[in-house]
Amino acid sequence: MRLVPKQIETLWTLFTAPVVWAAHFLVCYIGAAIYCAKPELVGLGFSAVRAGIAAATVIALSLIALSAWLAWRQWGFGTDDPPHDDPTRRDRTLFQGFATLLLSGLSFIAVIFTAMPALFVTECIR
Amino acid sequence: MSAAVTERSRQEYKAQEERLRAVWANPAGWRYWTSVNNYQIGLWYGSAAFAFMLFAGVLALLMRLQLAVPDNDFLSADVFNQAFTLHGTVMMFLFAVPIFEAVAIFLLPPMLGAREMPFPRLGAFSFWSFLLGGIFVCGSIFFNAAPSAGWFMYPPLATDKEFSGIGADIWLLGLSFIEVASIAAAVELIVGIMKCRAPGMRINLMPLFAWYLLIVAGMILFAFPPLIAGDLLFEMERMFDWPFFDAARGGDPLLWQHLFWIFGHPEVYIIFLPAIALMAMIVPTFSQRPIVGYSWIVLAAVGTGFLSFGLWVHHMFATGLPQISLAFFSAASEAVAIPTGVQIFVFIATMLAGRVIFSTPMLFGTGGLAIFIIGGLTGVMVALAPFDWQAHDTYFVVAHLHYVLIGGMLFPVVAGLYYYYPLIDAKKLSDRLGRLAFWLMFCGFNIAFFPMHLSGLRGMPRRVFTYPAEIGWDWLNLISTAGAFVFAAGVLVVVFDVLRPKHRQPRGEFNPWNAGTLEWISEPEENWGVRSIPIVRSRYPLWDQKDLARKVNEGRYYLPDAEDGWREGLVTTVLDAEPVQVLRVGGTSHVTIVSALSLGAAFIALTFHWWIATALAAIICFCAVIYWLWTGTGEIPEKPEKDVGLGLSLPLYASGPDSVGWWAMFITMVGDGTAFASLVFGYFFYWTIHADFTAGIAGPNVVWSLAAASLFAAAWGLMVAARTVNRRGATATMRGVLVLSLLTTVAASAAGLAAPWFPGMDPTRHVYPAIVWILVIWVLAHAALGTVMQAYCLARSLAGRLTPKHDMDLGNVVLYWHFLLITAVITFAIIGLFPAAM
Repeated sequence: MRLVPKQIETLWTLFTAPVVWAAHFLVCYIGAAIYCAKPELVGLGFSAVRAGIAAATVIALSLIALSAWLAWRQWGFGTDDPPHDDPTRRDRTLFQGFATLLLSGLSFIAVIFTAMPALFVTECIR
Repeated sequence: MSAAVTERSRQEYKAQEERLRAVWANPAGWRYWTSVNNYQIGLWYGSAAFAFMLFAGVLALLMRLQLAVPDNDFLSADVFNQAFTLHGTVMMFLFAVPIFEAVAIFLLPPMLGAREMPFPRLGAFSFWSFLLGGIFVCGSIFFNAAPSAGWFMYPPLATDKEFSGIGADIWLLGLSFIEVASIAAAVELIVGIMKCRAPGMRINLMPLFAWYLLIVAGMILFAFPPLIAGDLLFEMERMFDWPFFDAARGGDPLLWQHLFWIFGHPEVYIIFLPAIALMAMIVPTFSQRPIVGYSWIVLAAVGTGFLSFGLWVHHMFATGLPQISLAFFSAASEAVAIPTGVQIFVFIATMLAGRVIFSTPMLFGTGGLAIFIIGGLTGVMVALAPFDWQAHDTYFVVAHLHYVLIGGMLFPVVAGLYYYYPLIDAKKLSDRLGRLAFWLMFCGFNIAFFPMHLSGLRGMPRRVFTYPAEIGWDWLNLISTAGAFVFAAGVLVVVFDVLRPKHRQPRGEFNPWNAGTLEWISEPEENWGVRSIPIVRSRYPLWDQKDLARKVNEGRYYLPDAEDGWREGLVTTVLDAEPVQVLRVGGTSHVTIVSALSLGAAFIALTFHWWIATALAAIICFCAVIYWLWTGTGEIPEKPEKDVGLGLSLPLYASGPDSVGWWAMFITMVGDGTAFASLVFGYFFYWTIHADFTAGIAGPNVVWSLAAASLFAAAWGLMVAARTVNRRGATATMRGVLVLSLLTTVAASAAGLAAPWFPGMDPTRHVYPAIVWILVIWVLAHAALGTVMQAYCLARSLAGRLTPKHDMDLGNVVLYWHFLLITAVITFAIIGLFPAAM
């Protein structure tokens, strides 16, 4: 079994990192919302929510980092510079890699943005 | 004349051209209106949206007159309420979103080097639905029956029949109808952009406009369905007293706010991104160089598309949600400023790197961006919850949203109008009038809306119909009113410029702005989009492929002829745009109008609770759609392959994931799945807000629920089996399996109905039985549609229109069943098992 996935030919990889952001966002929001609505359900304190958000964030950032690495590979490890506008399969792949890499960067920042409230908010005040 | 053309006999060339022209020609006389060609549909769509915009603009002027002086009695409170509700509704639903569907339908085929969108009749259907729904909603104000509860229709005000009258029903049903039209357009755009580009137009060469529209269509797919789900709950409450938003019976008005804004915030970007897409076409042309940072624009479009779904609660900061929830949305609202900023810097960089020609389109574009940036900055302010608590529901927000929408959308649209007008009429609009319009609009806008920041900070709430004199808002309001009329004068100049007769003006030159993208090849006089379908090798083919235009017009690329008498285009692969199929699209037809008008009639009759008329209209619509499908889709071609020119021969038929129909089904069902997910969200939402969300009411029968789930799974298995045996050529077995699957579906539906029926769940008593019933009804309605599809496949097979080799219909129906299986299993597992697990 190989640890690093093979390079695949599809448009969908472009959306990997933003999808991870979306999943992380939903986990954080829904988790906190359910906890604040029904704190008795789990019987743990708010610190458990914060720990959960921290764990989700670490997982999300790792996945995005992996997606970024794959994108970097698809981009030929940065050997060519944009604009990647030649009518060749190679330039099309490089473009995909570069755009995916950029999106990974944006998603990485956005995940950190989403996680930051857990640093400051310590209870379910309304 | 080049050597190649002289070789071919001139006559043959002429005959080709004539055949192609005849196939794409529009009918004459009143039948003109049955056209489905993207040029006509785009133009009608755009003109109708523009007309609605002018109507909503007049409403705004009436409101500004009312607010010009304190204690004014120009409009009554009730008319004022109707005016602002309709103003917001029309601008959002009947102008901002449809205008881009219009522009996209008009521009995309020539821009992608295609002849037509993949489903032209669907586009026509979408337009007629939009027109009828729009007239219905707008017309209501002349009968003093317009919606009056604000464009976001918050319950409990809007669910209260005494306060909101029939207006709320008109809003709900009229707009649901238009939302259906939007989703139809999204299907069309996604399939068109992914599968119908000119050969060679790999995704790294695709015009940025197409990138943006692809993202926007994807957003429509996830943003509109929650609103449709919300509309369904809302209308069930108004029509049948199911208490979804009635707190006294366990409902919660906040659920509507969630569903509305899950739609409503992405909608802002659904409006904004296509406007920026126009800028991404205009800026390179007037900088006379390729865009700087193509990949960065793709980053911005995709990034904004995703992040915009994490913002909806910032419209609900003042509703008392836990602070941590507010903080998540505040964070995402700040994060979305990053990709938005990237786009603006890309434009600035492109302008700096090129030699900018300050033409009228550029004036509107850059002026709009300047306004938009101010709106963006106040957006960052209101994204902070503590500031928002101060500014919420004041004129500060009114100023913010108009800066964003008019700067980010209206100005770029006018820029696009001045830029692309030569494609409509082969003549430019007047530069002098354009500049005059710009300065009137730009100054008028700022004079009208900048003071609103101040009146808002001085505490003026939005939507008040008048105010007392001594409170300090009077002169600010007077300035705003004056500015609004200056702005309106500017809009009027644009309207005059478009409508003034131009027949004495000589025909303009070809590609008057010296643009680099393919849409400038098309000639307004011709209906065929492109004379022949070119091979694209550049992001700016007209700049880089020197004799492209000439060769296209000499018919030297693909499909220069229409010898079979069909409207034909090419299907290409998603990534590298390699040609794989010839797509025959539907031509001129009445059936789109009949189905749109009958569907509209059903919605309108429903508003007035005319049940028989509703049923009649629905039956007509059903028959029309079946006729449309039967005669216009999945046609078995007279030969398997066709020579498309340049030595290439391509198949005429495809089924499964290779066919555009399969993709359309997939995309539609993703949207449908989102609506279903919104209802499931509602179920769990009610669970979170109550200690015991069943309120002691007996839940659905577990055994019947599980039986329903299992039977649906069995019916699905039979459908998959039917497809397999059909491919093996066992036609008779396939028919038998289809019938068996149909019967199983009926049994599954009966079991599903029994689950909440036998415990006697009364949906008007409490929200718990209501939400269970709505989920069950959702599945049953889909199952009913599923049986229609099964019967349709059976009939097609019996009629010889579905064969082992030509099984597109069956493939698409099986795909539908995948989604139906997921929907049914989730529904019955939740309603049967979740209450017991809690």
